[in-house]
Amino acid sequence: MMTEDEQIAYEKFSSPLTSLKLYLRAILAVLGKDITAEMRSRELLSSMFVFALLVILIFNFALELDISTRLTVTAGVLWVTFAFAGTLGLNRSMASEKDRACLDGLLLAPVDRSAIYFGKMLGNLIFMLLVEMIVLPIYSLLYNTNLFSIGFLAVVMLGSIGYVTVGTLLATMAVQTRTRDVMLPILLFPVTIPLLIAAVKGSMGFLQGLEMDAIRPWLNLLVSYDIIFLALALMVFDYLVEE
Amino acid sequence: MESTPKLLKILDVITLVLFLIAVWMVLFYAPTEAVMGNVQRVFYFHVAAGWVGMLGFLVAAVVGILYLRSGRREYDIIGVAAVEIGIVFVFINIVSGSIWARPIWNTWWTWDPRLTTATVMELIYAAYLLLRQGIEEADRRARFGAVYVLLGFISVPLTFLSARLFRTIHPIVIGTNQPGSQGQFDMAPKMLQAFLFSLFTFTVIFVDVLWHRVRIGKFAEKIEERKLRLGEEQRS
Amino acid sequence: MVKVHGLVKRFGLKTVLRNIDLTVKQGEFVAILGPNGAGKSTLLRILATLSRPNVGYVEIAGYQLPSQAAYVRQHLGVVTHFPLLYGDLTAEENLRFYGRMYHISHLTERVSDVLQLVGLYSRRRDLVRTYSRGMQQRLAIGRAILHDPSVILFDEPYTGLDQEACDMLDSLLLNVATQGHTIIMTSHDLWRVAELASRFEILTNGKIVASAEKKDLPATYLLDFYRQAIQEI
Repeated sequence: MMTEDEQIAYEKFSSPLTSLKLYLRAILAVLGKDITAEMRSRELLSSMFVFALLVILIFNFALELDISTRLTVTAGVLWVTFAFAGTLGLNRSMASEKDRACLDGLLLAPVDRSAIYFGKMLGNLIFMLLVEMIVLPIYSLLYNTNLFSIGFLAVVMLGSIGYVTVGTLLATMAVQTRTRDVMLPILLFPVTIPLLIAAVKGSMGFLQGLEMDAIRPWLNLLVSYDIIFLALALMVFDYLVEE
Repeated sequence: MESTPKLLKILDVITLVLFLIAVWMVLFYAPTEAVMGNVQRVFYFHVAAGWVGMLGFLVAAVVGILYLRSGRREYDIIGVAAVEIGIVFVFINIVSGSIWARPIWNTWWTWDPRLTTATVMELIYAAYLLLRQGIEEADRRARFGAVYVLLGFISVPLTFLSARLFRTIHPIVIGTNQPGSQGQFDMAPKMLQAFLFSLFTFTVIFVDVLWHRVRIGKFAEKIEERKLRLGEEQRS
Repeated sequence: MVKVHGLVKRFGLKTVLRNIDLTVKQGEFVAILGPNGAGKSTLLRILATLSRPNVGYVEIAGYQLPSQAAYVRQHLGVVTHFPLLYGDLTAEENLRFYGRMYHISHLTERVSDVLQLVGLYSRRRDLVRTYSRGMQQRLAIGRAILHDPSVILFDEPYTGLDQEACDMLDSLLLNVATQGHTIIMTSHDLWRVAELASRFEILTNGKIVASAEKKDLPATYLLDFYRQAIQEI
């Protein structure tokens, strides 16, 4: 026995095509909310960006980035910078949900929990890519290195996807622990080592103009990492948010 | 508190005897390797310890999945026990490897794929223990632990793969020979016997220690339970 | 509307709820009273689908938990002592966001209707961060009724509010209650809920120890009734 409204609501969920549409709409709602809030406060982007510049500055003095060393260390310097700045953003983005229990508000919505994960993950990805798109030209200007080849940007993209895929998941975990500010890098770095190695070697390959045959294994590794951990994240996210 | 079960006591004795035999086999039964000399004898326990470490992490991953599916706390207790044992044995594996590498590779350490993977593995499972320490609520601790063990376990082969793409100098004793590795040797029948016996012995050690550690975990839980009950009685 | 039978919830080794039975009919306003740590919030979190019971049967709006949680959520509004709003978004943006999560059609009209109902329409373009605690809580109620749920859960909604804000919340609650919603509210403030609720359930130490209809219980006796129920344990 259902009222007319309930019948409509029921049908809303029963058709696979409309439920997919609603699923995508929920993802976009979470993403849109994060972007609107960030465009207003700019807390996350500005802290990530300033932090990234500081890391590069420190590397500048630590490594004396002269022309001969530049070719070999640029990829490493950039990825360390992205990884550190990324951690900052991931932590902040999840902490803002946890601090005033807003995560509960998201969990109360009648959508599959993975939509929340996807929304947050895409937001983190966009913020990380934005920071990278500002840092790369600055690095390229400061050190007179041409970083803009399609291959190199593809590696940056693939690496960032893998990083936020695992990062969003582990940030969800980290903000629910007692020692949350230090927890995320400790959890995240050891698990993302294969990704970071592949990203560094892949981008170095493109910067040094190596043959595609030498770079391909790294690209394969990046793609596999992204797919494996995205699938895994979808399977386990529920366990991180439900009591 | 219940006393140690009889079966476990018997297993303790068997483990001790097996271990003594294994030590004898490694030191006296197996012949001295022609090129490397006595230092090669490290190899038997080195590989066996590595095997037990991997076994511990495998067990942790399996009970992690079982925990997520069933929510039974026993699985969580086994999981922590397996990880702790894994960490200790991988550490033994790394240290014994260094002792062997000093004369053979002429260095304590290199960033060869297996060494890299072993190190990263230790870091992952150390992070797992830190994670557990940071969560007070038992169910959440178990859930997060299970998820992290799973993530870590899946990233290990990828770490190995990525490190392997840098060329290796680690000898591969079993399986195909690889050019460029130093310290390769063929096993004489007596060596093989000592090697397999070591593997078997360490597996038994693993089962024995795991059993003890799980018992301790269960005792700890019982103490928690009694504390809780005592607190409740005092309140009412 | 809400049926709970034999509900048990444990956190680790600690049992927080022991064998709870509770039935709430459509349109009822049930107040769950009890001291701190009695398990009120846990019970409400289970009804809100945020926490899974270890044992027991829970049915809300004809759907069973936890298997049909997504349907239950569609019919459920929740207000806690956290407003569950984003400080960097305006009131309007907050409601629009939640409206999208609930797949509400004619969202713009619905949002302005709700903002008028909770008396925040004139400040709809202000960031929620700049709102007082009372205004945030009113907006939280707006958020909870946005999708016109049949069951609304209130978990200590008065926490941290001053007298004036409490009174405003009261009138808003009465307004909501008369629209036929089923309401379950937890509180440790007897006088606040004495006027609003139609039934009282006393929860202490994870058990419901007493229950009374308001019509059988004159307001002056509520305190005695409550004290007695708690001391019996």
